[in-house]
Amino acid sequence: MADLSINFAGIKSPNPFWLASAPPTNSGAQIHRAFEYGWGGAVWKTIGAPVLNVSNRYGAWHYGGQKMLAINNVELISDRPLEVNLREIRDVKRHWPDRAVIVSAMVESTPEAWRDIILKIEDTGADGIELNYGCPHGMSERGMGSAVGQVPEYCQQITQWVMDVAKIPVIVKLTPNVASVVPPARAALAAGANALSLINTINSIIGIDLDTLEITPSIGGKGGHGGYAGPAVKPIALNLLSSLGVDPVVKQSGVPISGMGGISTWRDAAEFLLLGATSLQVCTAVMHYGYRIIEDLTDGLNAWMDAKGFKTIADVVGKSLPRISDFKDFDLSFRAVARINPDKCIQCNLCYVACNDTAHQCIDLVDASGNRVQPYSYDVRSNGKHEAVSTRPQPVVREDDCVGCRLCHNVCPVDGCIEMVELPSGRPSITWDELTKARPELATDWEAMKRYREEVGIEIH
Amino acid sequence: MQIIKPEEVLSEYHPPLTDHEAVVEANRCLYCYDAPCTHACPTHIDIPRFIKKIATGNLVGSARTILESNLMGATCARVCPVEELCEGACVLGAEHKPIMIGRLQRYATDYVYEHGIDVFKPGAPTGKKVAVIGAGPAGLTCAGELAKLGHSVTVFEKRELPNGLSTYGIIVLREPVEVALAEAEMVRRLGVEIKTQMELGRNLSWEEVRNNFDAVFLSVGLGSVPQLGIPGEELIVDGLSYIETSKMNPQALQVGREVVVIGAGNTAVDCATIAKRLGAERVTMVYRRTDKEMTAYPHEYEFAKKEGIEFRFLTQPVEVLHEGGKITGLKCVRMQLGAPDASGRPAPEPVPGSEFVLPCDQVVKAIGQEKPAVAKLLGLETEKGFIKVNHEFETSLPGVYAGGDCIRAKGSASTVMAVQDGKLAAFAIHRRLVAGLEAAAD
Repeated sequence: MADLSINFAGIKSPNPFWLASAPPTNSGAQIHRAFEYGWGGAVWKTIGAPVLNVSNRYGAWHYGGQKMLAINNVELISDRPLEVNLREIRDVKRHWPDRAVIVSAMVESTPEAWRDIILKIEDTGADGIELNYGCPHGMSERGMGSAVGQVPEYCQQITQWVMDVAKIPVIVKLTPNVASVVPPARAALAAGANALSLINTINSIIGIDLDTLEITPSIGGKGGHGGYAGPAVKPIALNLLSSLGVDPVVKQSGVPISGMGGISTWRDAAEFLLLGATSLQVCTAVMHYGYRIIEDLTDGLNAWMDAKGFKTIADVVGKSLPRISDFKDFDLSFRAVARINPDKCIQCNLCYVACNDTAHQCIDLVDASGNRVQPYSYDVRSNGKHEAVSTRPQPVVREDDCVGCRLCHNVCPVDGCIEMVELPSGRPSITWDELTKARPELATDWEAMKRYREEVGIEIH
Repeated sequence: MQIIKPEEVLSEYHPPLTDHEAVVEANRCLYCYDAPCTHACPTHIDIPRFIKKIATGNLVGSARTILESNLMGATCARVCPVEELCEGACVLGAEHKPIMIGRLQRYATDYVYEHGIDVFKPGAPTGKKVAVIGAGPAGLTCAGELAKLGHSVTVFEKRELPNGLSTYGIIVLREPVEVALAEAEMVRRLGVEIKTQMELGRNLSWEEVRNNFDAVFLSVGLGSVPQLGIPGEELIVDGLSYIETSKMNPQALQVGREVVVIGAGNTAVDCATIAKRLGAERVTMVYRRTDKEMTAYPHEYEFAKKEGIEFRFLTQPVEVLHEGGKITGLKCVRMQLGAPDASGRPAPEPVPGSEFVLPCDQVVKAIGQEKPAVAKLLGLETEKGFIKVNHEFETSLPGVYAGGDCIRAKGSASTVMAVQDGKLAAFAIHRRLVAGLEAAAD
């Protein structure tokens, strides 16, 4: 059994799974229940300035019969009185000394307001504070949330006010609604933040009701942008996480990063850890299925770590970061081609149509005698399962023409049927950076590029 | 005593898919390209396309996709042997359950009929007139396709209601009458005139048809159940009438306590099912060959066994025993398989001295149908007794086409095959009529 416990900037937790600051962490009763299920920690739903919430609040995006690939929401920070939240935070922490209790906060941008809330949070016995610089809706209109997170100077200034007061670890939660998440992160670190977390929700309009033509969700006929979250945002979150992981300033600082954005399963969790997250925050998956999912999150992660020989979470964190590269550093001579395993192929022809219509036209349909045939070439008078099945052609890759785009592999519904196979290209390894340093004209002159291709034997079909 | 309500015990076997079930199932479809299900369907419905449209909530488009290839799509959704056709070819069949193509097709076609949506319009009039003899699936399909192309079509039907065996010959368990009639109404709304109780040679003369129409399509089906030629045969019930009564007037259907059904095709299974469900204590199907030669589909055979129907293979009836007009038993002889006969199947031969009696009080025969009588009436060339047609579905009389069971000298007779005949014949007739129109214009 691997050791799943973490020490995150001094905040200890028996496993890396925290509930993110959101509806699942709205009250003491909820967090008590979550901790009974085994969650390692919780970031209390943001407390701060007085608000009133609206209904409806959550929109959802369903696709292909799958519910809630993403949600968006226009729910604001906690609308429960500050004193009630503080009392419940204190109560939860007293009952669960081994779990991480972190309080998310957001107040108006004055030193006094921040000083006041920090002191109140610390008084509860909470383990840490998360500064919500992310909410893209509602609060940003009042100069809070992403209105702060989008401007590095504000990030630094407000973090500085907090760090002047705070005695417990401070995590700065970053907004993805920026061109690059690195400048706000650096600004937070410059002010002395103890940790970073990302991503907050992404600005979005989740959809339109085709019956009423209203924006979803409709608040009395009106709607607008809201924060986007859930499985669909995971690739964006991973990218932003890695952009911090490879940033020399962030790396140098050594601060831990709490990763979130579409974590639904232990597999997602492992990917976030491999790209540099030390703690993991979960929200939408819990909103979909409840706190009980913690069981497989820890169990699955544990089993995977055991299988891979990882003893502790620290062994996993950042393991894949060294593989993050830029295009200019990719080997231009690396060659992979698709190969279809005829024994596994069920002849759905999805690879064929994808390649033929939209990729590089290098898959043929081949009949039992090895002849290339056209689709839909059967006689209209033929019928019956025996004929349909027995005369069905097999998709076959013309490897010489395959550029290794991997589209067929991606669309194939059968696991392990289409593999990308590495083949020798016959050319020495070279990157774009190396190539254009040696021969700068290749980057600007198509004729020079043509000569180079002929020289090394690259044929583009 | 248990009271059996026919409308309950014979009501449609499969419930309709719920919206949720349909969408989940539709999303399971891989959307194969040049899909084997489409190839396997005799009418080549673009199955992945209609299923995709269910997944996206475009039910009218889905039904149109089905009906474009198969105007009798609502019937075929229910009666097609999908295990032998589309679903049997589904790529998911090997490792998983194939997609429920038939039930999805029913979901989409039911939607347009229940909502009164017509997905086609009559074509611009061409001024050409076509007569269709017989309002079964082949005839209605041919008529509908021709109407879509702008031809003026009149269908003559000898019975009271249109849609042939879909209306009269398929048990309600598989297809309610309303579905068959809705299809006929859809064809009628395309401008096709359907004249019922009009029979060729009785109150409709062939000369009248030939003189008043530019082309004729014969879709007359087959005749009644043939004679066995055994003593007491006059007491045997005709299987097709048995099914018809179960649909049209189930309260009037006389069902025995111990019923023997002669034959082992799909109609025989249907007759046995009706008898069993309407209270027969024991239903036995007798067949002179073995289960390997029987013509019922394997899934029908399994269904019958689950219904509690018993099978006596290698058994040939030789006499109906009766007392005072009441059947007391069916005298049979045991058979054995000998050398292959003309059909290529081993010929059954009686085992001498093996006579025995199956006690029963009702005997139903479902041993196929007589060849079409109209071939002789019109002097058409035939093939094994069926009307002979060329590749264009044209008979030996120029301008007279035929399709459906009456031409089924090869292959298996089924609704979907009849539909394909009707469709292809309509296109052939159209080509002929349009050529005539173009010649007139030149």
